[in-house]
Amino acid sequence: MGRYVIRRLLQMIPVFIGATLLIFLMVNVMGDPIAGLCGERQCDPATAAQLRKEFGLDQPVWQQYLTYMGNVFTGDFGTAFNGQPVTELMGSAFPVTIRLTIVAILFEIVIGITLGVITGLRRGRPVDSGVLLLTLVVISVPTFVTGLLLQLLLGVQWGWIKPSVSPDAAFGELIVPGLVLASVSLAYVTRLTRTSIAENRRSDYVRTAVAKGLPRRRVITKHLLRNSLIPVVTFIGTDIGALMGGAIVTERIFNIHGVGYQLYQGIVRQNTQTVVGFVTVLVIVFLVANLLVDLLYAVLDPRIRYA
Amino acid sequence: MRGATHAKWAAGAAAIALAATGCGSGGGGGGGGGGSGSGVVSSSWGDPQNPLEPANTNEVQGGKVLDMIFRGLKRYDAKTGAAQDMLAQKIDTSDSQNFTITVKSGWKFSNGEAVTARSFVDAWNYGASLKNNQKNAYFFGYIDGYDKVHPDTGSQSADKLSGLKVTGTDTFTVKLNQKFSTFPDTLGYVAYAPLPKAFFDDHAAWLKKPVGNGPYSVSSYSKGSLMSLRKWDGYSGTDKAQNDGVDLKVYTDNNTAYTDLLAGNLDLVDDVPASQLKNVKTDLGGRYINTPAGIIQTLAFPFYDKNWDKSGSEKVRKGLSMAIDRAQITDTIFQKTRTPASDWTSPVLGKDGGFQDGLCGGSCTYNPTEAKKLIQEGGGLPGGQLKISYNADTGSHKEWVDAVCHSVNNALGNDKACVGNPIGTFADFRNQITQHKMSGPFRAGWQMDYPLIQNFLQPLYYTNASSNDGKWSNKDFDKLVDRANAETDRAKAVSLFQQAEGVVRDNMAAIPLWYQNGSAGYSDRVSNVALNQFSVPVYDEIKVS
Repeated sequence: MGRYVIRRLLQMIPVFIGATLLIFLMVNVMGDPIAGLCGERQCDPATAAQLRKEFGLDQPVWQQYLTYMGNVFTGDFGTAFNGQPVTELMGSAFPVTIRLTIVAILFEIVIGITLGVITGLRRGRPVDSGVLLLTLVVISVPTFVTGLLLQLLLGVQWGWIKPSVSPDAAFGELIVPGLVLASVSLAYVTRLTRTSIAENRRSDYVRTAVAKGLPRRRVITKHLLRNSLIPVVTFIGTDIGALMGGAIVTERIFNIHGVGYQLYQGIVRQNTQTVVGFVTVLVIVFLVANLLVDLLYAVLDPRIRYA
Repeated sequence: MRGATHAKWAAGAAAIALAATGCGSGGGGGGGGGGSGSGVVSSSWGDPQNPLEPANTNEVQGGKVLDMIFRGLKRYDAKTGAAQDMLAQKIDTSDSQNFTITVKSGWKFSNGEAVTARSFVDAWNYGASLKNNQKNAYFFGYIDGYDKVHPDTGSQSADKLSGLKVTGTDTFTVKLNQKFSTFPDTLGYVAYAPLPKAFFDDHAAWLKKPVGNGPYSVSSYSKGSLMSLRKWDGYSGTDKAQNDGVDLKVYTDNNTAYTDLLAGNLDLVDDVPASQLKNVKTDLGGRYINTPAGIIQTLAFPFYDKNWDKSGSEKVRKGLSMAIDRAQITDTIFQKTRTPASDWTSPVLGKDGGFQDGLCGGSCTYNPTEAKKLIQEGGGLPGGQLKISYNADTGSHKEWVDAVCHSVNNALGNDKACVGNPIGTFADFRNQITQHKMSGPFRAGWQMDYPLIQNFLQPLYYTNASSNDGKWSNKDFDKLVDRANAETDRAKAVSLFQQAEGVVRDNMAAIPLWYQNGSAGYSDRVSNVALNQFSVPVYDEIKVS
């Protein structure tokens, strides 16, 4: 197990370097970001040159990348164009997005798995068809439609929530945005769980457990659910990264100042430092989440061993 | 049966969740919304692009704040746009080149420091100095010694502008490197604001919490999300704030801000999203403002491209101008928040200031048959096709560019005569412009720095001027502008500028499209809301009921 973890950690290095290099190049290809800093008028050449020097943009790209990566390893992610260190931006953005992600994941786990188990155990019954139809609707409606609709109904028409989230972004305020963010994944989790449960219900070990006269509750939670959760855990694990990076739409609708907001600002202003910095952290989150998922397999199913 | 209990539990959780959010909105004590019940106005805001310093702020969002916390020598009247003395006791000159400025005594910064002549001279020297990277540095370009403090290339050979001299506690002199009769009227621009010693002593701390001499002081500032400004009781001016303060809340999307306004969560939105313009009157009734601002949109041409700068091509440009149905586009796409342009300035200048309705004449009137004839006489479209470049990331540029193309195509009877050429980001758009990579016309917007006709002409059309993106050059125009700047009589100066504008018209250096209005909506909690000519709300006059 230990060796497996170390091998996986080592594998992360090339993935990490490749991903950051790609992002770095992509942002760079878009051209000189200083041009957009002076509004509709041209920056005067002397100031532009000075700014370019300050942000290191006067050097060749490979050198910029090396300097950048060197700085990253010392914890320095550079400075955004408004004069704020990127680490400061991260310090304010990540806690918010992590809270939002936690809310979303909780929705996926609690509602998604519950609905999945219910429908899996009652395949073909009206409950099953109803939930299936519902998930189909949720999957087919884009997030921004659900988001705007909920915002309009709950926020403006009925006044249950504030349409926008305050800068503090407490858990309470994030429930509706979290639900919106989770909605599509939630539908997938429901369907995955349902299929998995329905399949495993007919397997030998479940029949054995039932034949032994174990209580139904124990059969479902200890035997059936534990084995059925493997594909679901994989999905939720990879979803953590996707949710954090994909929150751009949800964060924009509810005016949440998290990772999505900063990434959007960074891209629009062509701020290499911000975009690469945030993406770097997201890549790490993605990789770690994947590793955790793989390790969870062994816990869920002892037959899975890692040499 | 077990499943049923699960379902109940899930439903219960959802119910609790909704209840929790309900409580959250009811409490409202947190981030300083409209619910505090005091006389604080909450207003939408965008994240300033640059650090908040007077000489470094060149966009509306940062300018908004600086306008609340700073007062300069002059201030532009919110209604007429006339430059009026604020901190200036008097500004004397006999030759339009040497000015003696007397500052009113008794004014203070909100940290207790006195505002003296030195506060201005230090601030201007800081703003002009190349090593400080100030994006508005060129505003000091008229002052003697600028070329030493801010050379075009290389490093600076002086730290201070030789044209600025402090001659007493409250007096200083300014020597310009050319005659510039309307110079005093430019001093209302925020780049010329005075700065306290605290700015130079601890710059980082100042940026975290700016200190100025205006009617408001910054009480807290969390970058990227909220700035709380409070009425400053020690303010020396007569335009004291009519409310207790303003909370500026950052919105990524003006649609969300508008939704917040409808839900009673926000008092003021100073940028009504284009998609809501249709419903704004039914949503807000009389609480919607749509007033002209000093902004004009034009189509600029790449005169560095031979195809656009040959003899006869002015006929093509005039023809294109006539092919655009401005009235229809401003009505349908902009819901009358734009007015078809008929000159190259803005109605906010007024007749005395140089605005001349209809100066463009027939060239700006929709006339498809004449348009087709002119374009053919001028040798047809360069390259056979017109590509209008614009940035696709902000505004509703795509909509109007497509409409303009549609109008041109109709006039020419050719479906492929004109196409839009979207460019991903504003930075990249500007990039291609400054590198002279445009092969056809491109959108150009101009928001005035100060309400002077000079500001609508010189930076845009003077040879090699800072915003002359198309590199248009015309000796007659340059001569007229020089003469206008040297003219001490204001009325004569304005009429010379108008003659220069005539040169722009005869050559159709850029196609004027429309004047832009400022739009805003507000809640029934506030009153006396107005936009000034820069389309910024006059915050200090807003009353909270």
